[in-house]
Amino acid sequence: MTTITAPRPTVQGTHHQSYVVTDAITMLRRNLLHMIRYPGLSVFTIVGPVVILLMFVFVFGGTLGAGLPGVDAAGGRAAYLAYVMPGILAITIAGTAGGTATTVSMDMTEGITARFRTMAISRASVLAGHVLGNTIQAIIAVALVLAVGVLIGFRPTATPIEWLATFGLIALVAFAITWIAVGMGMQAKSVETASNLPLLLVLLPFLGSGFVPTESMPAGLQWFAEYQPFTPIVETLRGLLLGTPLGWNPVLAVGWCIVITVIGYVWSMVIYERKSVRS
Amino acid sequence: MTTTAIAVQGLRKSYGSKTVLDDVDLTVNSGTVTALLGPNGAGKTTTVHILSTLVRPDAGTLTVAGCDVSRDPDGVRAAIGLTGQFSAVDGLLTGEENLLLMARLRHLGAKRSKARVAELLEQFDLVEAARKPLATYSGGMRRRLDLAMTLVATPSVIFLDEPTTGLDPRSRHTMWDIVRGLVAEGTTVLLTTQHLEEADQLADHIAVLDGGRIVADGTPDELKSLVPGGHIRLRFADAAALDAAARLLDGSARDESGLALTVPSAGGVHALRAMLGRLDAAHLEVDDLSIHTPDLDDVFFALTGTKESSGRVDTKGTES
Repeated sequence: MTTITAPRPTVQGTHHQSYVVTDAITMLRRNLLHMIRYPGLSVFTIVGPVVILLMFVFVFGGTLGAGLPGVDAAGGRAAYLAYVMPGILAITIAGTAGGTATTVSMDMTEGITARFRTMAISRASVLAGHVLGNTIQAIIAVALVLAVGVLIGFRPTATPIEWLATFGLIALVAFAITWIAVGMGMQAKSVETASNLPLLLVLLPFLGSGFVPTESMPAGLQWFAEYQPFTPIVETLRGLLLGTPLGWNPVLAVGWCIVITVIGYVWSMVIYERKSVRS
Repeated sequence: MTTTAIAVQGLRKSYGSKTVLDDVDLTVNSGTVTALLGPNGAGKTTTVHILSTLVRPDAGTLTVAGCDVSRDPDGVRAAIGLTGQFSAVDGLLTGEENLLLMARLRHLGAKRSKARVAELLEQFDLVEAARKPLATYSGGMRRRLDLAMTLVATPSVIFLDEPTTGLDPRSRHTMWDIVRGLVAEGTTVLLTTQHLEEADQLADHIAVLDGGRIVADGTPDELKSLVPGGHIRLRFADAAALDAAARLLDGSARDESGLALTVPSAGGVHALRAMLGRLDAAHLEVDDLSIHTPDLDDVFFALTGTKESSGRVDTKGTES
């Protein structure tokens, strides 16, 4: 009298917490493989900001630069390049969110998310794969856009410590934005919606101190611009790269990143539990 | 002695005011195939989703491979595999990469992963396509890969949600062979299907689900014995012959438009010969004769009360 199930080589202990990191790395590998295999999306996240950079510097830069406080008309374009670069870096990070939302949404519609849910994998690992993958992609994109900036004359004055802090802030912002993007991708009913929703994030730096000083805006918009998350982020990048006064901006920037990360994480996890069955 | 792989008692599930599952009981013994048979919207997929921990039940006691679905979902997840109606594959990776991804997530270790993936590619006839992107795969290949991914960690209980829907006949038979192979190795299978032939071909046990309730439960033969016996259908060249035959054969039912006569019969060569003898004696020429034995279609329509068959063709070799 033998039972048939007993001698089968089942995988024991797959549901231990110790696998959270292993699984997250497996998921990260998967996402990096997607990027290498299909570089189109990644290229777009770099080309977009570069085009905006070139346009703002060479089309609008002369006039906009001359309007900056304490800049004489002759040096307008160079001054504007220095002013706009942190804002361009911010939209570069925001722009990568579109790719994340799209891939997350594709996973949901393909049914692979449902498969992951029927396996003993930590929920956090599945989403962390997306988040870490996108954070790496965002850092690469920012580095390349920054390189284009240097090519056309951007000269940061940052010390090695300040460069390190810049890198850290960019990674933190990318991490936070990506968690929101994961939520957007899971919330979206279709892949099309998922790819459009994060465009709102790209608009935000324009409504802050990224492209023109907030003092030049009408009162209501100025109020929004001063209190929205991208303004302290852009101001901190500007301070680190060019030595403008930092004030409380680094604290506000890091604080915003933590708040956004927590919101994105909780939002994503709730939807993951609720919605990963295609019906 | 047999052990129970899946035990369901008093399962209920509703979405808003719509009751999807209404007090479902189901027992599946280890190493057997049970088919959950029912029309669209009967609650088959919901049952599978609840058993595979994707959806929470409203009420009921459910155990899969000895683990309680609500209290120990990770225990269930470690023992099961699910292949759903929609392909759960990563379309941006190759077949081999998909399998390796599963092997890593099941923590098989590098060496065992490689061996297992090679074995599955061979078993599922995907060796040639292993390094090609999924975009080049046919529907049948995708489905085979999907199932292979489910089998990476040799789960003891497998849920197959309409495994052959949308497959061509050849791919369907390949899938059936695979399922038979799994059962031969001792795997427990719960499959859902709308195809009676599929249930008949594969299942040791059939549970008919309709409107969220189990309306019948038993072996294919037990279910077939639930409906009245078969009949013989005779077609004649003209109305006069039909009239004469109808008078001659007791209990026959006429079909005027088809010039045909349906005569109840339990089958058996003797009764058939006797009937033909009587027709011969009366000099009645039969244009065409077909014998219909009861199959699961009859059971299905009798039990679920769905008469419309949406152009379904009788694929079983019961017509002769």
